[in-house]
Amino acid sequence: MQTEILPYIVEPRKDTGLYNAKVGIWLFLASEVMLFGALFSSYILLRVGAAEGTWPHHLLNIPLGTINTLVLICSSVTVVMSWASLKLNQWSKYKFYQAITILCALIFLGIKSFEYTDKFTHYEVVLKNGTSMTGHVEGSPLFLNLNKLKAAKTESIGFHPDAHASGHAEGAKGEAGGHGEGMKIATADITKLECFGPWHSTYLAIYFTLTGLHALHVFAGACVIFAIWGPLAGLWKKDPERYTNRVEVSGLFWHFVDLVWIFLFPVLYLL
Amino acid sequence: MSLKAFHIVFVTASTLLAFGFGAWALWQYFGDSRALIDLVMGVVSVLAGVALIVYGKFFLKKLKHISYL
Repeated sequence: MQTEILPYIVEPRKDTGLYNAKVGIWLFLASEVMLFGALFSSYILLRVGAAEGTWPHHLLNIPLGTINTLVLICSSVTVVMSWASLKLNQWSKYKFYQAITILCALIFLGIKSFEYTDKFTHYEVVLKNGTSMTGHVEGSPLFLNLNKLKAAKTESIGFHPDAHASGHAEGAKGEAGGHGEGMKIATADITKLECFGPWHSTYLAIYFTLTGLHALHVFAGACVIFAIWGPLAGLWKKDPERYTNRVEVSGLFWHFVDLVWIFLFPVLYLL
Repeated sequence: MSLKAFHIVFVTASTLLAFGFGAWALWQYFGDSRALIDLVMGVVSVLAGVALIVYGKFFLKKLKHISYL
């Protein structure tokens, strides 16, 4: 019995001039452009529509965002170098470069999780006398709110307000510390206690949506690159050209994900 | 478009970001912030922009035999 083989997995089709996987990944990336384009448009409309002076600034840690940008740029360089190594038949160089790519993806996700945790342990507290403060609750609990405090019958909380009343001092410039002296606040005096999660403000909602979706893409891309680099590496011996094409297609996806970050970083962190 | 062509687009965008961010950070520093971190980020970013241009030239030379399609 003769086995059917999918056509144009290595050689290009005459009508498109490309092998099928490349056409497929570009169609997929076109749909991704629409997805991120819609979210970017939402961001612009929300920002333009916000009342003057209400859009928050300096909430994010710019040095960490900068490091993450550098990490992703490095990973794009290593992805393309790994593909070039395969084209030059240098298997060990390919393995080395792609290992660095995977490491960069892990570093990026690690830093992103740190930034998220920082937001989930950073609180706004509003007191009955109308005073509003931002800062950290003693013990750095995640997702604490007034209902949880009451349910746990906690009589008071230790609170370390930010040195700058309007935002998170640790955040914007990355300086260490940045908190005023600790104080005790009675639960009975609190009218609102909320961490800086997506529900806190429109800005944080769009920030978590955009960066969360982007981080999922980084994770998915890293999984695919790892699968081709590790478990599926046997194809290199059987069909090196097809294997190289797989690396190119995963590299195209990776570049798209990195390019999205190149736009996300200035829009969310700087403007 | 091959990975080579897309990489050139990416390096171009990254270079523009590096110079743009560098200018922003230095403007912050020489404006009112005077925070050392702004100066460091500005200088590193401008250097990264220069490094990306050098790398771009190296990349084009190294992969000149590979198609843009």
